[in-house]
Amino acid sequence: MSRLAEKFAELSKTGRKALIPFISAGDPNPDFTVSMLHAMVRAGADIIELGVPFSDPMADGPVIQRASERALDQHMSLRKVLQLVIRFRTQDQDTPIVLMGYLNPIEAMGYEAFANAAQRAEVDGVLTVDMPPEEAAEYVALLKARSIDPIFLLAPNSEEQRIEHVNTVASGYLYYVSIKGVTGAGHLDTSNVESKLQQIRSHTGLPLAVGFGVKDAETAKAISQIGDGVVVGSALIDRIEANLDDLDRAKNEIVAMLQDMRSAIDN
Amino acid sequence: MTDKYDFSKPYDMPDARGHFGPYGGVYVAETLMLPIRELNAAYQRYLQDDEFLDELDADLQHYVGRPSPLYHAQRWSRELGGAQIWLKREDLNHTGAHKINNTIGQALLAKRMGKTRIIAETGAGQHGVATATVAARLGLECVVYMGAVDVERQALNVYRMRLLGAEVVAVESGSKTLKDALNEALRDWVTNVDDTFYIIGTVAGPHPYPAMVRDFQSIIGRETKQQLQDRRGCLPDALVACVGGGSNAIGLFYPFIDDEGVTMYGVEAAGDGLQTGRHSAPLCAGRPGVLHGNRTYLMEDDDGEIIETHSISAGLDYPGVGPEHAWLKDIGRVDYVSITDDQALQGFHALTRMEGIIPALESSHALAYTMQLAPTMDKDQILVVNLSGRGDKDMHTIAQREGLKF
Repeated sequence: MSRLAEKFAELSKTGRKALIPFISAGDPNPDFTVSMLHAMVRAGADIIELGVPFSDPMADGPVIQRASERALDQHMSLRKVLQLVIRFRTQDQDTPIVLMGYLNPIEAMGYEAFANAAQRAEVDGVLTVDMPPEEAAEYVALLKARSIDPIFLLAPNSEEQRIEHVNTVASGYLYYVSIKGVTGAGHLDTSNVESKLQQIRSHTGLPLAVGFGVKDAETAKAISQIGDGVVVGSALIDRIEANLDDLDRAKNEIVAMLQDMRSAIDN
Repeated sequence: MTDKYDFSKPYDMPDARGHFGPYGGVYVAETLMLPIRELNAAYQRYLQDDEFLDELDADLQHYVGRPSPLYHAQRWSRELGGAQIWLKREDLNHTGAHKINNTIGQALLAKRMGKTRIIAETGAGQHGVATATVAARLGLECVVYMGAVDVERQALNVYRMRLLGAEVVAVESGSKTLKDALNEALRDWVTNVDDTFYIIGTVAGPHPYPAMVRDFQSIIGRETKQQLQDRRGCLPDALVACVGGGSNAIGLFYPFIDDEGVTMYGVEAAGDGLQTGRHSAPLCAGRPGVLHGNRTYLMEDDDGEIIETHSISAGLDYPGVGPEHAWLKDIGRVDYVSITDDQALQGFHALTRMEGIIPALESSHALAYTMQLAPTMDKDQILVVNLSGRGDKDMHTIAQREGLKF
């Protein structure tokens, strides 16, 4: 069983929901990222989505775009992100790490070389935003052969047939994009999300994580009541951006925000 | 290079899922999968629909001014001392470039699909102007995304778009040029999928865009074939066109792919020279990757990050190229070559002085290559160059390059 499957099984046994923070690797520097990963686990994160910076983040709103740019200014790359995961793993063998990014850096490395390197770094899942299941046969096979879960997205306009198709290739969990839009945008309508999640559940047994638009403890709690996991990204990165001159403070504010979300979700 | 291409099978690309061999495809986030499927269905349906095609033909004739002339540049041909050079005059179209062939087609499709809002990306502003033009005519809301750097250097076209009623959004992210404008247009589309039609200006993007834009642009090649048949009773020996994304080139080439005697040359922008790294020539000096919804040749670093491109011509200043060109390169049907900024300027001046036609800087790359190619050919051979746009928009750039100020 993969680390992600184990995590969701363990959460489900105790009736808890997953808190899944997202930060961009290398924003604003690699050392900060490693210490932030550990701090987020202490603050109650169950799984971490680690953003792989890309020069052209087409699905991201301005907050994550700027995070990508800050990381690329530090010469962050897919190879270096994998090194960060190796550093993290020296002190944390338990928390699943999902790499989230775009296809071209993986293309440049080569699918097989990437799958091997991700396995060595003990990456648990890979979510590639611009890799739909139709194009993903080789990529999925290489990842699954190494017990790495290929995570795929579903959206408000994903139709029944498509949900079924995505379910046949995905493992680990499904990431439901709660709004039509880019990361960090818009206002999430919980009742719309709930009815769509019901439809999705009729086609899959995979856990459903919900992201895009989770801004605070209140929205995190609302989402946790209908999904299996809550993804929060832009709201955290916003704290980094607001405190670039004082990264300890950035870290403290992110930890406080996650603790609030954790207790709102659990209570 | 065409000697290794197999002409025995008719060319039939892309496949049903938009692949040109390993290139093309649909690489987009989930939210765009449905609108892309809907677009593909509409495109497949209306390209067989007589009423749609009649309306398109009528617009191309009466609004755009087609057919565009095929002009025999006799003086320039004599001067170069080789092949007879013919110019396909896309510069004489309404709005001054080939771009409107495609925007008319896509806007009519948008109307059929019930979309009320049009978005577009633009680099030099030609596609933005062509989109704003058809949006004005059809009474559709229009938003054009343009890199902040391009907004600055193409102020005249920005003003034209605004006069036409379009909102021009200056994109401040990334390198603030065409690729970032495309990113921002994709973000708009994902946010407003229900009422918005995205008119992509070149043969890039996810399927069906590369095939659809090609189909709308191939009027260029069909007319050329007919015009040359009528006037000389033969096929051309060589075709030359500039390649940024590659829409004017594929428009000229596509109807000739199965014609064995026709050699084709796609001319990329070598900027300061391929060896300097400051260029926009992914086919000549890049490698395959995935960007903006398709797999194709890209300008990227070893980590797969897209790198900044350079060309004197804003319309060629793009790190990717249409996936069909990637395929035509690999199968050896088209030769892809490159021309530097300085060479392009020589082509610009040559045509201006020899024929009294001021070409766009994009097209000047094709003209500069023609100056190399024509003298190597016989006097009874025919070389057709796609004069994809007129040079009015570039007066400022050229004057500045020559140290003049207005």
